[in-house]
Amino acid sequence: MFNTKTIRGREQRTAWILIVPALLMLLFVFGYPILRAFWLSLFTQNLGTRLQPVFSGFDNYSRMAGDGRFWQSFWVTIIFTVSSVVLELILGLAIALILNQKFFGRGLVRTSAIIPWALPTALIGLAWAWIFNDQFGIVNDILLRLGIINTGINWLGDPTLAMFAVIFADVWKTTPFISILLLAGLQSISPDLYEAHSIDGATPWQNFRQITLPLLLPQILIAMLFRFAQAFGVFDLIQVMTGGGPGGATEVVSLYIYSTVMRYLDFGYGAALVVVTFLLLILAVAIASLLLNKLRARTSGTT
Amino acid sequence: MARLELKNLNKTFSPKVIPVKDVSLTVEDGEFLTLLGPSGCGKSTVLRMIAGLEEPTRGQIRLGGEDITFRRPGDRNMAMVFQSYALYPHMTVSENLASGLKLKNIPRAEIKQRVAEVAQLLGLEELLNRKPGQMSGGQRQRVAVGRALVRQAQVFLLDEPLSNLDALLRERVRADLKQIFATQKAPVVYVTHDQTEAMTLSSKVAVLNNGYVQQLAPPDRIYSHPANLFVAGFVGSPQMNLLTLPCRGRYALLGDFQIPLLDIPTVPPQIVLGIRPENVRIAQPEDEHIIQGRVFLVEHLGMHNLVSVRVNSSHSEPQTVRALLPTDQVWSNEEITLALPPQSIHWFDVESGDSLVGRQRVETMS
Repeated sequence: MFNTKTIRGREQRTAWILIVPALLMLLFVFGYPILRAFWLSLFTQNLGTRLQPVFSGFDNYSRMAGDGRFWQSFWVTIIFTVSSVVLELILGLAIALILNQKFFGRGLVRTSAIIPWALPTALIGLAWAWIFNDQFGIVNDILLRLGIINTGINWLGDPTLAMFAVIFADVWKTTPFISILLLAGLQSISPDLYEAHSIDGATPWQNFRQITLPLLLPQILIAMLFRFAQAFGVFDLIQVMTGGGPGGATEVVSLYIYSTVMRYLDFGYGAALVVVTFLLLILAVAIASLLLNKLRARTSGTT
Repeated sequence: MARLELKNLNKTFSPKVIPVKDVSLTVEDGEFLTLLGPSGCGKSTVLRMIAGLEEPTRGQIRLGGEDITFRRPGDRNMAMVFQSYALYPHMTVSENLASGLKLKNIPRAEIKQRVAEVAQLLGLEELLNRKPGQMSGGQRQRVAVGRALVRQAQVFLLDEPLSNLDALLRERVRADLKQIFATQKAPVVYVTHDQTEAMTLSSKVAVLNNGYVQQLAPPDRIYSHPANLFVAGFVGSPQMNLLTLPCRGRYALLGDFQIPLLDIPTVPPQIVLGIRPENVRIAQPEDEHIIQGRVFLVEHLGMHNLVSVRVNSSHSEPQTVRALLPTDQVWSNEEITLALPPQSIHWFDVESGDSLVGRQRVETMS
């Protein structure tokens, strides 16, 4: 198979030997479940069929088209994803810009800034659920003491406010991740560029618009890509904080899939939901990485 | 245009880090001043203070009579070429050239015209749509110079602009730079540690060391009349022979040989003799100041041989004199007689390092 007489041939053989275990791992851990889910989605397997798989073609998919709860959860997911990622990017960039300045105690602040991200999400969810608790929560306590409200707000009981609360908690948790990522990008921009630009008469805002932002775009996109994929599949934080309530106001797709499979034991339909969200996510990630490659080529000037 | 004056500039970062201690300089219109010195001598800090990137701790910077010490870099109308070139990687060459003009809100048509002029002057027309990442070091360097020229600034500042080029290219770009800046009326301040650049480019050289100006003079004068030991040793390649010699009567003793001292009122116990290797030659019968020694090393430099000679000495440790000699003769481990022409000898004070020639002149004048 390989020409072992040449150095290249021997190196290729070694390379394959080294790669095969990883390939097998990927195949079993990712390839098999994905294909199995797709296969399962072609069957009806629920309490109605006594949990026996009955081949039903694309019935599950047509059922999805008319499933209002699915589209509702899809919409919730999009609102959650877009608003949390946008807020996190803006805040993360602001924090990164501050952490990039020289000030006393910068090392300490940089390290402590990452703590929220390092904490387990389930714990954070629990903490935020209590913070937003209508009777004992600290948010209501502060607002009452400041005289802004007269009676406690039922944060997690109101559809809009509950959404606000979970987005707030998610932003609090993952902004550090973005700011650390963007900080690394900021540090890779040569200070000479800012100095040259200032000598040419640029204001700090022009420096930011014309140097920082374009040169940071690759990192911004990477952060966006990571956060988009994570936020789209969010489960633990919302499950702990609201469980998808009230009345499905915070029920994201992953929560709906979880209920379908684990509560209603509708395995075939659950698999179909997984396949569709998976494909949508793949599509979004593919578009984002395409953009990323283009941008990277543009900023490094190799095209 | 305008003259640039620096008055008693000092930059203190911390009590132990004082890169610039006391620097005063004046650069007139059309002058090309080079700040020359070893790394860490404060030359880059001086340049950054002129540009406004660092604020002086003490002292004043004046441009055309106006105090600009605390003015923002963008309001000084200076253009700077960075050692790293500092080209914006996400912009094409023409965008790079135009960026400074756009910031000044210059009309689009004029920007276009000025960019085109500079591109033509520097031969950048073919590259206008390329990004810095697609260009060679020499091309980037030209763009960096172009970005400064297009500004039509009152002062040009160049921070080691040639140090990232290979030796051959550096020589060519050096000649180009000389031509380009000869046509500019604005004062130029150029920072380098390379004495060849300083010698070839400048109309005036300030040798810096330890935060002080050691000597401020035209390049030929720096070479022929170094003001002190530091300048004598730093400028010139191969390095000047600097020998600490004991004095007896009106002579300095170099091994077994006597070198007459110049006319100084008091003869110190020791003195430093300096003579450039190219001024040492093989003695002719009529020469007076001769020394003899044994050749122990011959280095071929192409045009010349650099010959190291251990001067004959019966009592003290032998001193070494290096001489640039023509290549048509071969010596190895031979006795050789060398002449030290008196007009090429420099004398320096052992303690202060100052040139005694200079001091003598000052004393006779007063």
